[in-house]
Amino acid sequence: MTCSEFLAHLDDLIDNPISVPMRAELEEHLRGCEHCVVTLNTTRKTIEIYRKHVIYELPNELRERLQKAILAKCKKC
Amino acid sequence: MSTIQTQGTEEIHPDVLLVNRAREGDVEAFEKLVRQYDRQVFRIAQHITQNREDAEDVVQDAFLKAYEKLDQFQGNSKFYTWLVRIAVNESLMRLRKRRTGRMVSIDEDVETDDGSMPRDLADWAPDPEQLYGQSEMAEILRKTIQGLPPGFRVVFVLRDVEGLSTEETAETLGLSIPAVKSRLLRARLQLRERLSRYFRNRKKDGAK
Repeated sequence: MTCSEFLAHLDDLIDNPISVPMRAELEEHLRGCEHCVVTLNTTRKTIEIYRKHVIYELPNELRERLQKAILAKCKKC
Repeated sequence: MSTIQTQGTEEIHPDVLLVNRAREGDVEAFEKLVRQYDRQVFRIAQHITQNREDAEDVVQDAFLKAYEKLDQFQGNSKFYTWLVRIAVNESLMRLRKRRTGRMVSIDEDVETDDGSMPRDLADWAPDPEQLYGQSEMAEILRKTIQGLPPGFRVVFVLRDVEGLSTEETAETLGLSIPAVKSRLLRARLQLRERLSRYFRNRKKDGAK
């Protein structure tokens, strides 16, 4: 398996249950390819960091203001 | 999320009960839905528009539109997915207005493979979260994701940040499942590559 072929299955490895033979093939590639190990680990970390950190927070004051405005308009509907 | 078990085996999502009450004119039921999802709608809008005022407007307009169209909501999709679809459309409309004269769609800038092949292959050590404080990290993540084409950004945000399934993301954006998968892979790889500039192992490679 080449690195390009491995990359094409990267998301399957991260997200989905994959077939046993496919997993074995991917793991076989990983054993001999440090670069793909790094790509897999750092891609997993990328997703984890973005999930963990809220980068656009809705401040409470603004949140209350928006909620009031929305509901006031709904009541007029 | 919890669901309410009915007498049969079918489960009714609590949102559906709130939607039904709201349809009958119970504004308090709709208020619960607003409180439940306003943060997510704001985040998605901010990610797409990259503009705070636009994101505020999208929150208001998306919920109002949802309220007006409650009769069109069909229980076979989740209320949240339906709401996100409205919010994504509102956000793209705002983005178009800002970029006057330019068409903006989720198909923009996605026909290239540039940046998807990993080039930076240094490991991230120590753990980036030990290197940066919360606000510094948030700034790095903001800057990094802003550089992605909108069509990649929105798929990554819905799928990986907001936790929609591939099928829900496809339905929300009106894309095929293979298109969502392909964009997600490229978005993840491009973000990984860009974050590597900050997080790569500095000792071994002597990078800046």
